[in-house]
Amino acid sequence: MAAPTDSTDNLSSVKHVILILSGKGGVGKSTLATQLTLGLLKAGKKVGILDVDLCGPSIPKMLNLENRDVHMYPTGWLPVYIDDEKRLGVMSIAFLLDNKDEAVVWRGPRKTAMIRQFITDVCWQDVEYLIIDTPPGTSDEHIAVVESLKSYNPDGAILVTTPQDISVGDVRREATFCQKTGIPILGIIENMSGFVCPNCKECSNVFSKGGGEALARELGIPFLGCVPLDQHLSMSLEEGKNFITEHSDSPAVMALTSVVDRLIQIDKNL
Amino acid sequence: MDDIPSDAPTHCPGTQSEAAGKASACQGCPNQNICATQPKGPDPAIEEIRERLLSVRHKIVVLSGKGGVGKSTFSAHLAYGLAAANEDCQVGLLDTDICGPSIPRIMGAEGEQVHQSGSGWSPVYVSDNLAIMSIGFLLSSLSDAVIWRGPRKNGIIKQFLKDVDWGDLDYLIIDTPPGTSDEHLSIVQYLSAAEIDGAIIITTPQEVSLQDVRKEVAFCRKVDLPIIGIVENMSGFICPHCTTESQIFPPTTGGAEKMCSDLSLPFLGKLPLDPRIGKACDEGKSFLEEAPDSPAAKVFQAIMAVIQKRTEEEKMKEDFVQR
Repeated sequence: MAAPTDSTDNLSSVKHVILILSGKGGVGKSTLATQLTLGLLKAGKKVGILDVDLCGPSIPKMLNLENRDVHMYPTGWLPVYIDDEKRLGVMSIAFLLDNKDEAVVWRGPRKTAMIRQFITDVCWQDVEYLIIDTPPGTSDEHIAVVESLKSYNPDGAILVTTPQDISVGDVRREATFCQKTGIPILGIIENMSGFVCPNCKECSNVFSKGGGEALARELGIPFLGCVPLDQHLSMSLEEGKNFITEHSDSPAVMALTSVVDRLIQIDKNL
Repeated sequence: MDDIPSDAPTHCPGTQSEAAGKASACQGCPNQNICATQPKGPDPAIEEIRERLLSVRHKIVVLSGKGGVGKSTFSAHLAYGLAAANEDCQVGLLDTDICGPSIPRIMGAEGEQVHQSGSGWSPVYVSDNLAIMSIGFLLSSLSDAVIWRGPRKNGIIKQFLKDVDWGDLDYLIIDTPPGTSDEHLSIVQYLSAAEIDGAIIITTPQEVSLQDVRKEVAFCRKVDLPIIGIVENMSGFICPHCTTESQIFPPTTGGAEKMCSDLSLPFLGKLPLDPRIGKACDEGKSFLEEAPDSPAAKVFQAIMAVIQKRTEEEKMKEDFVQR
């Protein structure tokens, strides 16, 4: 596949680039990335979501876009759209694999090259918000994303954690990564904080509570809110449904909406 | 040995061959210079690692395509459980998650230091028969980020395997980061001569996690790593108040059990969510000792027994064949 000759303009038309990071895996980066994207979509924005998790891409499944193909345009790859009006575009390595169970067994340099291509060669057209979902850690993928984004002046990163100390410890390292690489931190979201039993309404702190907020205070970073565990949320992700519009009365949706409002607000202040 | 790249010129002698870079077919190949100058043959470290690990009876790798499903929690408790069950059983736990090491915290060994001696790095002992090694012991502060690319991560993993002085071990449990990339390839490659017993794959019940685990299974098959079995973690939550069970992470496609029967893999069991597990990990204590009568601890003991039985049977067969 030949790379387009003049590709530097693909991303410069995107107004806001937001990274979703976490040192820890399975804390809900992809979940929050999809939900924030859907939230921004609901607020009337044109959005894009780029999945740079090459070994475990989850975004296509969560948005019910499995088995879709990416098309090649003279200016680059055309993202997969969830709607006909093309208000939400998605790009993920999953669209490029023949078989969904195929493992992408790649070492760093190959992952770096793929990510550079994802950053420069996808024609997002006039997307207002581009959310970039990342794999866990502070390694090849992250260095590649941050280096390739440098010239595009990204808005910053949202750090996701679960409440336990173990996860907070990894996120603290991720904050150090942001400081070292000069990526502004927009704030911390605490995910999976508390589960309300559907039978007795008793709230259990399955993964303890308050770790995210304490870390935000310690590092002097804005705390963006707690998203509680909700069966409907995991169910919606499994079925690729829009949780935000289907369960609008859930406390999780309220928490997500307030984060979306914050994002729109932060950007106005810039 | 298929060391001939798919895009190589015809009659390529192979990158590992003595003639690499020197054969007539190599004329004009863009990689001629690399082939002619790079060292040939397998990494000499593989043989050193084999010798170092001769005193280790069982080597078990804990894997998962997905992050946050409980690999470190499982590895740590497998180590705790094996060491607690029999005080003569020597257990080692190696954390190869370089960017997010959680083992020191879970084992209550944060802030410990690794000492160097003539025979290598001494691991940190959390009890008489339980030793651990992690990059967490080499960092100066808890907020230190290890921002390393692949080759440097491979270097430290090689050192962990080659230079840690475990002594005689019955079990070496290797905890890995999520994915199918540098760390995983390196472990399998470096241990190719030392022989891994097999991999235990951890997943959560949802399809979102299972789809990553299928990739991990494909990885194991690609690199010829035997799969000891699959564990489903975070399977159902029992409300401590009213004892109603909720599927926080719903098994919409039948969960790990169904996947195992589809792929004909051994299924080891379902571990339920329990707030006390997370709490025990945060406090660096063994959940098996904190709540020995809980359903999760009982399931865990059963899974551990199966793992012990399987790995021991395989070893006996091997010993028999060698004799």
